[in-house]
Amino acid sequence: MSLDDKLSNVSQSTDMERGILIRKYKNIFLKSLVIFLTVVVTLPLLLVLFYIFKRGISAISWSFLMNLPKPVGETGGGIFNALIGSAIIIGIAAVIAIPFGVSIGVYLSEFRKTKLAYWTLLSVDVLQGIPSIVIGIVIYLWIVKTMGSFSALSGSIALTLMMLPSIIKSTEETLKLIPDTLKEASLSLGVPYYRTILKVILPAGISGILSGVILGIARIAGETAPLLFTAFGNPFTNTNILKPMASLPLVIFNYAISPYDEWHELAWGAAFILIVFILLLNTLTKLAEKKWKVQF
Amino acid sequence: MESTILKSENFSAWFGEHQVLKNINIEIPRNNIVAVMGPSGCGKTTFIRCVNRMHELTNDTRVEGSIFYTKNDIYKMNPIILRRFIGMVFQRPNPFPTMSIYQNVIAGYTLNGASLNKNEKDEIVEDSLNKAALWNEVKDVLHRKGTFLSGGQQQRLCIARALAMKPEILLLDEPTSALDPISTAKIEELLFELKKNYSLLIVTHNMQQAGRVSDRTAFFYLGELIEYNDTKEIFTNPRNEKTQNYITGRFG
Repeated sequence: MSLDDKLSNVSQSTDMERGILIRKYKNIFLKSLVIFLTVVVTLPLLLVLFYIFKRGISAISWSFLMNLPKPVGETGGGIFNALIGSAIIIGIAAVIAIPFGVSIGVYLSEFRKTKLAYWTLLSVDVLQGIPSIVIGIVIYLWIVKTMGSFSALSGSIALTLMMLPSIIKSTEETLKLIPDTLKEASLSLGVPYYRTILKVILPAGISGILSGVILGIARIAGETAPLLFTAFGNPFTNTNILKPMASLPLVIFNYAISPYDEWHELAWGAAFILIVFILLLNTLTKLAEKKWKVQF
Repeated sequence: MESTILKSENFSAWFGEHQVLKNINIEIPRNNIVAVMGPSGCGKTTFIRCVNRMHELTNDTRVEGSIFYTKNDIYKMNPIILRRFIGMVFQRPNPFPTMSIYQNVIAGYTLNGASLNKNEKDEIVEDSLNKAALWNEVKDVLHRKGTFLSGGQQQRLCIARALAMKPEILLLDEPTSALDPISTAKIEELLFELKKNYSLLIVTHNMQQAGRVSDRTAFFYLGELIEYNDTKEIFTNPRNEKTQNYITGRFG
C-alpha cells in the first residue's frame, strides 16, 4: 500500500478526523489561555513603569541631582545626599556580602553532603524568607543599640543580610553545574585543591556568580524597611559611615508620606532614578551572562 | 632488561562497605603500554584512579596494601607531587573551558603558579602539542578556546596538557570511548609514539583496542586481577577460563 493510499484511508475515518479537530481546539484554547494570563500579569507591571517614568522624568533636572533637599515652602531642592548615601550604603553592603556569599556558595557546592552544608542551606532559605522589616529590627537591636546611634554601617549590614541569599544561591547553583571532570583535570596536573577552586572552578562559574551579585544589588537597592531602623536618613550630605545617612528609598518614603505636592514630585523623581538604576543592573546581568558564558 | 616502574602489592580498595579491588598484585614495566580490560564494574577504572590517588576525591574510600612508584610507596607521597609524575587523561575530553589552546597546554604550570618566560612557555607548548600529534592542526589557532576543537582534537589537547608536566607514567581512562573511529585511530597511533618516552596504563573495555595497542594486558573481573600476561598470550592462549569466556564474548 502506498503512502497516498494510507493517507486517504486515514482521512476517510471520520472518527479520527473529529479527534484531531478536538485536539486542535484544545491546543488553541490552551495557547490563548497562557497568552491571556501573561498579558493580564504583565500589563499592570508595564503600567507601573510607565507611570513612574511619566511622573518622574519631569522632576529630573541637573539641580535635582546636585542639590540638597530644601525646607518646606522653598521650591526646588534635590536628592544629592540620597544618591551619595545610597552609593555608600550599597557599596559597603556589597563589599561585605560578596566574599562571604561566594565562600559560602563554594562550601555548599563542594561539601554538599555534610551536616553543616545541610543546616547552612536551610538557614539561607529561611534568611531569604525573613521580612526585611524584621531584619531591620534585629540589626537595630544588635548594632544600632550597642553602638548608640543610627549609622550607615548598620544599614549596610542589614542590606548584607538581604543580599547574601541571592549570592549564595547563585554561586552554589552555578558551581554545581560545573562538571567534576574539570576539577579532576586540574587535580590530575598536581594542582592543589585551593588553587583548583580559585583558578579553575570559580572562573568557569564567573557568569553565574556575577549575575547573582548584580541581582543581589538590584534587590537591596530599593529596600526601605531595613534602613528605617538603621541608616535612618539625613537631610545633609554625609560620608561618615558611623553617622546616619540618607538613601534613595528613604527619601522616597519620607517625601511620599509628606502632605506637600512639591515633595511628592521629588519622590517621583527619586523613584524614577531608582527604577532606572535597577533596570540598568538587570541589563548588566544579561550582558555579563552572555560575555562570560562558558561552553563545557 | 626492562625495569618495573609501578608495582602494586596486595592492594585492595573499598567504597564504603563495598570492596572494589581485591588483593591486586601487578607489575607495570617501563616504556610499555599496559591495557586494563574487563566488564563494567570490574574495578579497572578504580585501579588506575588509585595509582594517582584520584579516587580519594570520592567520599568514604579506603585502601589496604601498597602501590610503589619506582621505590616509593605512593600512599606515603604527597598526592600533589605524585600527580606531577603520573599524568592522567580522562574518558571525556576535559579542556579548561575558560582557557585558550595555548593556555590549556601550560595550565599545569600556570595553575601551580610557576613563572615561565615567554620562550619557555612557547617551547613547552610546541613540544607538547607535537608529542600529542596536534601541533600541525592547531598551530594557527593557538589562541582560540580549547573547547572549539573537535572531540578527538580536544582529547589530544588533554594528552598534550598531561605531557607538558613531563610525567613518567600516563594513565588513560577509556580515552577513546567518547570519540569517533578516526579520532580513535589517531589516538592509538599516538600511543605507540608515546611509549618510547613514557609508560602507559590504559583502561579500555574495548578488547580489540587492548589487542591492538598494548604490550601487556591485565584482565579484571569483579575486583580481582584474573590474568596478566603478554597481550599476545592473553588473546591467543588465555590460561584462565574466565579470561577465555570474556575474550570469546560469552560475557561482558
